[in-house]
Amino acid sequence: MLALLVEAPKYGLQLRQEFEARTGEVWPLNVGQVYTTLQRLEREGHVETDDAGRDGAQKRYRLTADGERELHSWLRTPPQAGPPPRDELVMKVQVAMRLSQVDTTEILQTHRRRIVEEMQRYTHLKADAAPEDIGLGLVVDAELFRLEAVVRWLDAADARLRSLPTIPAGAPLTGPSSARDGQEERPTRSVQDDVAGARR
Amino acid sequence: MSVVLSLRQVSKVYGAGAAAVHALRAVDLDVVAGELVAVMGPSGSGKSTLLTIAGSLEEPTAGQVTVCGSDLSALSADATARLRRRSLGFVFQDLNLLAGLSAVENVALPLELDGMAVRPARVAALKVLDELGLTDRAGHFPDDLSGGERQRVAIARAVVGDRSLLLADEPTGALDAANGEAVLRMLRSACKRGIAGVMVTHDAQLASWADRVIFIRDGRVVDQTAPSPSPDALLAPGPTP
Repeated sequence: MLALLVEAPKYGLQLRQEFEARTGEVWPLNVGQVYTTLQRLEREGHVETDDAGRDGAQKRYRLTADGERELHSWLRTPPQAGPPPRDELVMKVQVAMRLSQVDTTEILQTHRRRIVEEMQRYTHLKADAAPEDIGLGLVVDAELFRLEAVVRWLDAADARLRSLPTIPAGAPLTGPSSARDGQEERPTRSVQDDVAGARR
Repeated sequence: MSVVLSLRQVSKVYGAGAAAVHALRAVDLDVVAGELVAVMGPSGSGKSTLLTIAGSLEEPTAGQVTVCGSDLSALSADATARLRRRSLGFVFQDLNLLAGLSAVENVALPLELDGMAVRPARVAALKVLDELGLTDRAGHFPDDLSGGERQRVAIARAVVGDRSLLLADEPTGALDAANGEAVLRMLRSACKRGIAGVMVTHDAQLASWADRVIFIRDGRVVDQTAPSPSPDALLAPGPTP
């Protein structure tokens, strides 16, 4: 919002349209979100209403000097980092490995196919877009690189599974495995522990 | 749409007895004109063998390969070579451009080998180079071109003339993302003009340019993507009025 207001004072609806257009319409905004954000920015002193531009019931917003400083600070602030989010796909694969009646390779392939299908849709969207639509290209590339990373993880998981002897159902999935090295089994965490840990 | 490439129960075994390696096992695949198909699989899955058999560079141990309506097993060596020169285009990872020939000479070579006179062959080659944005590089030798330009010359050579089937093995090689995308745009547009394309790759981003992705594992086709719905399906629903 602040970046859009650098150019000129704008109305709320205009901000919504321009935001969507510049992100390839992949991230739609609703009007409520726009006005809530503008009200917050106004309370914080980053924008102010421009009475001169008042058009009927609509308010026109413009950037303050404080808002411009805030914009430059935001551009340089790293995105919110935190502990890795719970990864449902990793859990599904871990659970599949525990179930003797489930072919984990088939589970991996099901997810690989689904993700490649999603990547095809993004790539075709990019391929059909006008080359000058940089906003769309940036958003689509970000999603494609994220999805590609998941496929690479699936490939790596596949290779790991193929390099191991058959894992007996019910065997612990983490820590040293007595089934593999023939030594006395040491206490290890089970998949349930992993899942419970992830939920915590 | 007409089927340009058809594989029926194609198998390939290297070696024999205990040392036998089953590179392909009873593979069925049809590729129609205008379609780009990606074949995805890990190293050693048989995807490159599939490409060389489809391109008549190797014979299958069993099964039938039909290219442009011709059963390859019924063709003489000369007829197979003629089909390869006229109807098939290859883009290999190492490109195989001849260092002693300029870009336009490399592109014109398959036409000249097929008996076309030098002048019309060069004119046809220049036309394709122009479509790929390489007009001003036509007289340069491969060593004087950038990696992306060499890749585009290799694609020009693969699509020049009246080709029906384009076979590509990891066609973006070691190119960076922008040049790789440019190469894929060209392959896709060649297919949109009516060529059937098969591209083997282990890279999901490359594969996602295809109309259909076939997954191969241990020599078998194990899965394929569903026909692509409209890209509009990606767009989240708009705000409630």
